[in-house]
Parts: sequence; structure tokens; C-alpha cells
Amino acid sequence: MNVHVTSGVYAERSLSIIQELKHLEGPMLPILHAIQNEFGFIPEEVKPVIARELNLSRAEVHGVVTFYHDFRDAPAGRHVLKLCRAEACQAMGGDRIADRAQQLLGIDFHQTAPDGSVTLEPVYCLGLCACAPAAMLDDEVYGRVDEHCLSEIVAEVRR
Amino acid sequence: MSLVHEIDYGTPASHSEAQVTITIDGREITVPEGTSIMRASMEAGIKVPKLCATDMVDAFGSCRLCLVEIEGRNGTPASCTTPVMPGMVVHTQTGRLKDIRRGVMELYISDHPLDCLTCAANGDCELQDMAGAVGLRDVRYGYEGDNHVKARTNGETNAKWMPKDETNPYFTYDPSKCIVCSRCVRACEEVQGTFALTIEGRGFESRVSPGMHEHFLDSECVSCGACVQACPTATLTEKSIIAIGQPEHSAVTTCAYCGVGCSFKAEMRGEEIVRMVPWKDGQANRGHSCVKGRFAYGYASHKDRILNPMIRENISDPWREVTWEEAYAHVASEFRRIQYQYGRESIGGITSSRCTNEETFLVQKLIRAGFGNNNVDTCARVCHSPTGYGLGQAFGTSAGTQNFDSVEHTDVAIIIGANPTDGHPVFGSRLKKRLRQGAKLIVIDPRRIDLVRTPHVEASYHLPLKPGTNVAVLTALAHVIVTEGLFDEKFIRERCDWSEFEDWAAFVAEPQHSPEETEKFTAVPADLVRGAARLYATGGNGAIYYGLGVTEHSQGSTTVMAIANLAMATGNLGRPGVGVNPLRGQNNVQGSCDMGSFPHELPGYRHISDDAARDTFEKMWGVTLNNEPGLRIPNMLDAAVEGTFKGIYIQGEDILQSDPDTKHVSAGLAAMECVVVHDLFLNETANYAHVFLPGSTFLEKDGTFTNAERRINRVRKVMSPKNGYADWEVTQKLAQAMGLNWNYTHPSQVMDEIAATTPSFAGVSYAYLEEKGSVQWPCNEKFPDGSPIMHIDGFVRGKGKFIRTEYVATDERTGPRFPLLLTTGRILSQYNVGAQTRRTENVVWHAEDLLEIHPHDAEQRGVKEGDWIKLASRSGDTTLRALITDRVAPGVVYTTFHHPDTQANVITTDFSDWATNCPEYKVTAVQVSPSNGPTEWQQDYEELTRRSRRIAGKLEAAE
Repeated sequence: MNVHVTSGVYAERSLSIIQELKHLEGPMLPILHAIQNEFGFIPEEVKPVIARELNLSRAEVHGVVTFYHDFRDAPAGRHVLKLCRAEACQAMGGDRIADRAQQLLGIDFHQTAPDGSVTLEPVYCLGLCACAPAAMLDDEVYGRVDEHCLSEIVAEVRR
Repeated sequence: MSLVHEIDYGTPASHSEAQVTITIDGREITVPEGTSIMRASMEAGIKVPKLCATDMVDAFGSCRLCLVEIEGRNGTPASCTTPVMPGMVVHTQTGRLKDIRRGVMELYISDHPLDCLTCAANGDCELQDMAGAVGLRDVRYGYEGDNHVKARTNGETNAKWMPKDETNPYFTYDPSKCIVCSRCVRACEEVQGTFALTIEGRGFESRVSPGMHEHFLDSECVSCGACVQACPTATLTEKSIIAIGQPEHSAVTTCAYCGVGCSFKAEMRGEEIVRMVPWKDGQANRGHSCVKGRFAYGYASHKDRILNPMIRENISDPWREVTWEEAYAHVASEFRRIQYQYGRESIGGITSSRCTNEETFLVQKLIRAGFGNNNVDTCARVCHSPTGYGLGQAFGTSAGTQNFDSVEHTDVAIIIGANPTDGHPVFGSRLKKRLRQGAKLIVIDPRRIDLVRTPHVEASYHLPLKPGTNVAVLTALAHVIVTEGLFDEKFIRERCDWSEFEDWAAFVAEPQHSPEETEKFTAVPADLVRGAARLYATGGNGAIYYGLGVTEHSQGSTTVMAIANLAMATGNLGRPGVGVNPLRGQNNVQGSCDMGSFPHELPGYRHISDDAARDTFEKMWGVTLNNEPGLRIPNMLDAAVEGTFKGIYIQGEDILQSDPDTKHVSAGLAAMECVVVHDLFLNETANYAHVFLPGSTFLEKDGTFTNAERRINRVRKVMSPKNGYADWEVTQKLAQAMGLNWNYTHPSQVMDEIAATTPSFAGVSYAYLEEKGSVQWPCNEKFPDGSPIMHIDGFVRGKGKFIRTEYVATDERTGPRFPLLLTTGRILSQYNVGAQTRRTENVVWHAEDLLEIHPHDAEQRGVKEGDWIKLASRSGDTTLRALITDRVAPGVVYTTFHHPDTQANVITTDFSDWATNCPEYKVTAVQVSPSNGPTEWQQDYEELTRRSRRIAGKLEAAE
């Protein structure tokens, strides 16, 4: 019953991305990935644009974006550190690693360090159960993470 | 009296012909193939516990409560998503199932408030019922830890808790009570087709979200109420339930808004209405509703309602409250005096499309038998009179050919001059459902209506024609069908007059009717016309739905005939999924036409000069009827201005606001000596009235309404008339005061009289309607079960008639002074002149009429969004605010007519349909210019309104 006005810099820039990909079968996820690649997150103002271009409702786009943890509603730090919190890793001392990581970085899960260097996130299985506990820094995976490994990672992201 | 209970079968019915027999808990049951185990169980009387399933939406399988065991199969499949298979042996209650169900319920309840006693859903909560059904006794998980229930946990604010959303005026959303069954989301998608809701997040974070985590009022929600109906808990609850409590009895009745004629259960506590809930067995709406019928009934108890009869000598005097007896005696003596002084033809009346068939029948009877003339007309004059004439000429009956269910079989729908998602929302939803299943859509409309592109629906063709060129566009479509050989020769030879077809075909094939030629003045690109014609002619079942954008033109009747021609030429008549379907504006406009409201027609569309028809009524009524047609509304007003027409009885219609050329209407009314207005409110027409008779609402009387598919639906009285009398009783008392011997004690007796005199209603009686629920006329010996679809084996008139449709441009033309074309329409939340909906909370969606104008035209005139503008035509001028949008083409402006202070009809001209005088509302040449306030007419009129609504001894009535 109301008209949603979509304007703003993100909306404008994402329009060309959407138009390039909208012909695909099931275009929503490729579009969302492309937008996240472009901006580092999915800006709120882009959702109505996607809805309009794909002839969906705003609610539907919102539902998909919020379903996937990988789609962010705000930019992440320069690095993203994901620690596996699933069963195998917990069994191999993942809890301790998680506590230590929070301590070293001074942030909780889902938070970004005040200097913008790193965002810490839990992940539920990286498929590395044989090398538990596992972690992933940006696009690189680490197995058998121990305190030493963790401090190297922290030093890396602080650089 | 008790509540009308409806069985929830859990999943929708299967329409398969093949039957399957299975055994459930030792009982054999045979159901159509494709039926779910859950539904089959319910049909056998076995209730499988469930939460996420309800039969208004498809099975989802998320709540894990409806699990069953099937012999020979592993595991415990969900009964809602598992279809029956021959020979299946199913157990719905085993030890294993009981344990699983109790465990599932424990999880649900561990994140649900335990305030059942003070909860609005107490007594109507499926979660509570299921807790009882599975024998839940305690929750081992406790209520600490993560939850959505408490605003604060362990002294800290709980980020998961969300406050109640009370922005919608009619219902609340309380996320703390949500069990995330998705029923609301699915109802919004599958039933309403708006897709305004979603589940945001995942896992324990999942919550229902309107739009993008917005408030309901700010979201895409159209407030149809389907989600509230679907919700099994108190998460989505009507505010009226919160305020009043659960209803204790209910009655099935028919909505008094648009021509869809939805069936509702009026749920009551005593004489107080608690809520209106769409009735699943209603054959027009199939359990769906819109914001008007579902929620906007508050006008019935609005403080503006006038409850006592009133009289005044002059329209400049204040009103004086009188007794009913005094009012009847006054009207009778005035009407008799006027007839004595000015002749028998000097008075007349207007029947209402808002009142029941029985009431309408009595008003025309009063006029024909009591006044002794045929000066009776109805508001259909200003909407669908061309439908009556055009379809009567082509097919032999003045009505739509299909039922609404027919749309489920349509492959190509053409929508012309109608806006179903706003004007006929429940039909709009049913159409959208079919379109999502793959049917194609062609929209012919100057404005880009919602259906042209709305989530999951996109028209294959939108023909944005210049207002007033309907005939040319339709003839161009016929040109393509004929010249490209796409017509259905077999159908035409069997059903129509071949030589008439040949004549018509030769006419439309003339080169000046080609899309390329007509493009020059219709502004519709030729390739669109060609594509649309090919799609309609070859795309399977083609159905045409049209509205007032077809009829309210100087060539309205011609357009209706052109539509009939297209349907006959392509063989799209006489079976499900096809047809010609006028979307009727008012709840009983079909019925008021059927009941002999036109000056030239007796009930059942028999001409007044037809001796046999007249004879039937003369014998029944014991009078001699005049065999000459009487005056139409515009003629009455003309005669009033000339001084030969002096008195009028207007039941339930506001001609001052709804009829064209307001200044002419007001001059006509002002020239009369006795104007009697019978209405709920002091409407605009009442500013010129001498007598006001308070009316009753549809909740306060028994009767029938006939909807756009010719369906006769019962209206049932659920409360005593606040004004003391139902409208039919008032008309009867008036007739008695005028010396007529009428003694009806119940509207069913009026229906019996209608059945006895009118062949197409011969089989209709209240007893029959009680048994069948509703019936579509003709219902008589030949069609004892009524007629869902007409013209099945042949046309009512015999052979279908092709009629040449020459395009004649309207005399209303744009020029240098008035370069824009104004067209008018409606909006979802408001209804017609707004007398009812303006007196409900629906005003939150539409507080004023706005003028839609294209950015290009706006810029040229220096008009910005929200600016006050002056809208002027040759007839008059008014002011309103601008809405800048590309929904309208350059050169076209658009507004609604729901608010009296806008006075859109001050602008419209007195041009009208050549055959029926239906006014040309849809085309007016106008100019738009910036303005800084109301026009002189608006100021004068406001002053007149204020003065004429004074009631002696009372404070001024506030609008």
C-alpha cells in the first residue's frame, strides 16, 4: 500500500550489477554475492532495488539475505577470522581456542576490532573435522589450530 | 445460537478424479488421489495433531507434530506432506508418536509465554489445543536462557525480544508469541499474493518480518487479514478480539462492499460485532477477504449515523427531528400534493445498489404501483448500464457469463478498464493465483495498474491507450484476429449468425481499423496490439474481465459490444475459463438491475411495453402499469431544472457526489419541492433534502445481494437496526402511508413475490438458499441448480449477434486551454464515495484524494510532489494535491473520488453513453496549475454543507 522510494549511491551502483546478472536462472544469490563483493556487505537500500528488478517483494529479498550468515548488513574488518564451533572441533578443544581468540583480539564473536583490522565469526563446520580444531582467515583454512598458531594469526591480522 | 464451526482439513482438497482407499487407525476411507494423509484422516473424523498445516495453504511439513506411522515404511513421515497411496495402513496414535509429539511440544512451549489466562487467543488457540491434545504436562528445559518471550532476562535487556507492532489499525503482531509456523507468510503468498511477509534469519533467530523488518503499516501489507486468519496463536490478532474477547455466536452473511460478494461469518457477542471472518464455503471468495470486508465495518456504529427521521421546510433551515409516523405522513402528503399540482409524472425515485434485492424490488414497486409512473432509476445508470445494454444485444442477457471459480481454468486473461487488486481485491487475488500458475495477462488501461507488474505477476502485454479510445483498440484487436484468420469458425457457425459475422468481419478488416492506423490516435504501438490479439486468440481459454473504464464513456455500450464480438469470434464462451465478465462496482448492482430498477424494464429485464410481463405484475399488484418508460436520473434532473419534476425518493445513493457535473445535479435537486433521502448518514445529497429517513446497515437486516457472477447470497440480520427499522420496513410504511396495501412481515415474502413474477428467479426462495448456501440465476425449472456458467449450448437470445463497432471520438477533446485528459478510479482502502470507509480506520491508508501526474507534465507546470494544484475543466474546477508518478502516461492525469471535499465530479462533464446515458467519467479534458488553496466552489460548498447539517437542539454534526 505504500510506494518505496529507492535512491542512494549503493542503489545506483548495484543496479548495473543486477541488470548484468538478472537473466540467470535463480539470479538472486549470484546478485547478492556480486553486491557483497562490490561493497563488502549488502546495503539495506539495495534490497528494494533487487526486489523491483526481479519482480519480487522486499520481504522476499530480506528473507533470503538474512537467512545466509555470509551476507553482512555492515562492512567487516579488513580480515575475517572464522573459528569452527561444530562438534568435532569442540571435541578437540575448540572451546579453549575460541576463548583464547576472543581474549587476544579483545572482541566477542560477531564483533569487529575497534581498529577495523579483523571481524571474528563462528562457523559451523569447515569440512576439516580430521584436522580439528579448524579456522579460516579470509579465504585460507588452518587445521589443528593451537595457541601458537592462533597467536601467529593474530599477529598477521594486526599487521 | 452458536458459532458457525468450520472444519480445518489441514491441507487443500485434491481435485483428482482417481480415488484411493487407505486404512487409518482401522478405518477405511476413500479419497481423491493426491490427498494428504492428514486430510484423509480428518475426512474420516480422525484429528492428527498439527500446527503448521491449515487447509488455506499448501502443506509445509515444518512443525513435526503431525507425524504418523505407516506399515511397511521406515520412520515417522509428516501426514501433511505425505500423499495417500492405495492400500496404505496408517496409525496416528502410537507410543512412539506420542513421545515425539510431546517432545516437540515441550520445545515449542519452552519459548512461549505462559500467560494463557490473559491471552487474547484464550479459547481460540491451536497451540493451547495441541498442548492439551498431546498431553503436555511439564517442560523439562525450563524457561531460562535464550528466549523471545521476556523483555529482560537475568536483569539485562533481551536482544531477541521484540515489542508488539500495533501500527496496523486492525490487528497486532506480537513476536513473543510466534512459533514460526510460517502460516502467515504462506497465506500472504498463496492466498493474497502480496508476498509482504517473510521469515527473517534462521534457526532460533527466525522471526516473521513484514517487508524488510518494517512495521506492518510501512510494509507491503495490504491488510487483507489472511495472515491473521491463518495464525494459530495470538501472534497476529484482531484488535477487536483484544478489546472485546472471543465471540459466542456467529451468522453467515454477505459483504456489503464491492460486487465480488464475499461470504463472511459475522462473529458476535450479543449484539456487538467482534469480527468478520471470511467463510471458507463462500463460493465467490473461497475463504478470502480484503481490508474493507474484513475490517472496515466500523461505520455501522459510527457517531455520524442519523438514527431519527428529520424534516425541514427549506434546505436552508436546520433539521427538525420528528417521529417516524410524522415523517411518513409528511412524505405521503407532499408527494400526493406534488402529483396533484404538477401531474403524475412529477415525482420519482432512485433504488440503491447497496440495499438488498428485496428492498430494491419494493422501491421500484412503490414507484410503479404507488406513484403510478415509471420514473425509477438506479446508480447502475452511472456505472454498468452499458453492460446491460451491450451484453443484452449480443447474448440476450445483461450479466457476466461466468462464476469466479472459472478463473482457475483461464489461460489468457484480458483486463480492460478495471483494477481488480484495488477495486475487486478478492477476485484480484484469485486472478493473481492463476497467473502465478502460468496463465498469461493482457492489460488494456491508460494507467499502469498494479497487475501490470507486481511481485510474481507480469502482464505479457500492457496496452496503455489514450483515454476514450477503447473502441478503436478493441476493433484493432478484432482486425488482427480476422485478417490473420485466428477466429474460431466452427464456434461461430454453430452459435452465431454467420452472415452477421461476415458483415462484421468485413467491417473490422477494413484497413483503417488496422493497429498501424489506429496507433495514430490510440497511442498504442501496433506490435503490442498484434501480439495481444494473437495471444488472446490462440493462447487457450481466454477470459475478458472489465470494469468502469469500459462503460463510463460516450461509447460505453459500443465497447461492451466490441468485447462480446471478440469473445464470440474466438469461441471463448460457454465453458469454464472463458467468457465476458463485468466486474460490478457495488455489492448489489447486479441485483438492483435484475430487480427492475431501470425506467424501461420490469424485474428480469422485461421491457415495460411487454404486455405479458406487465400483465403478470398488474394481476399480482392489482394496478394498471404505465407502458411507457419513465425518466432516467439525468432526465429527472433536467426536468427538475425545467420545473416539471418536483419530488424524489432516494434510497441509499449519494447522487450529488457520485453523479457527473455536480453543479447540474445540485441545481436539479435545489429546484425540487420534496427531496427524500433514505441513508445511513447525512450524505452530500442530503444537503438538498427536505426529509431524511435513517437507513439500516447490512448487519441489521435480512435479505439477499446478487454479486457480479449473478450469485444470490443471503444477508442475515445479526443486530437490531440502530435506527429502529430495516430499509424494507421503511419503504413499506411509506407505501402504506400513500395508501398501498402492503403487509410483508419478512423479506422472504418479497423474494417469493420476485420468484412468482420473474422467470429467471422462479426457483429461488429463502428455504432453497438455506439449503444451497447460494445460487446463480437463472434458477428455474430449466436450471434447477442455477447457472454458474451461461450460454453453454447456445446463447440466451438464440444466435450470438455480431455488431459493427464504429469508433466515434468523444466530443470531450483536449485543446490549448485543457490539454490534459483526466481519468478516474479507486484505491484499495476506500470504497466509492467513501461514506462508509471514510468513517473507519481505513483512512490511515488514504486520507485524501491525490492527482497523479506524469513527471514531464508536472515539470512543465512547475508542480512538485505534494503541491496543491488547481484542476480545471470546462465544467468547473477544484483543488487537490499532486502525486508525481510515471504510472500515468504524459498527457494523462488520474484521481480517485473517495472524498467529498475533492469534488472530482465538479470537473466531469455531462457527456454520456449514446445508448444508456451512462456518464463519461473516464475522459475529461483538464488543465492543471499550481494553486494555494480551495476554489471558491469548494469554500461555498463547505459552508453550505455546514449549514445544511444543522439539527435543531443539537450541536453541529461533525463530518
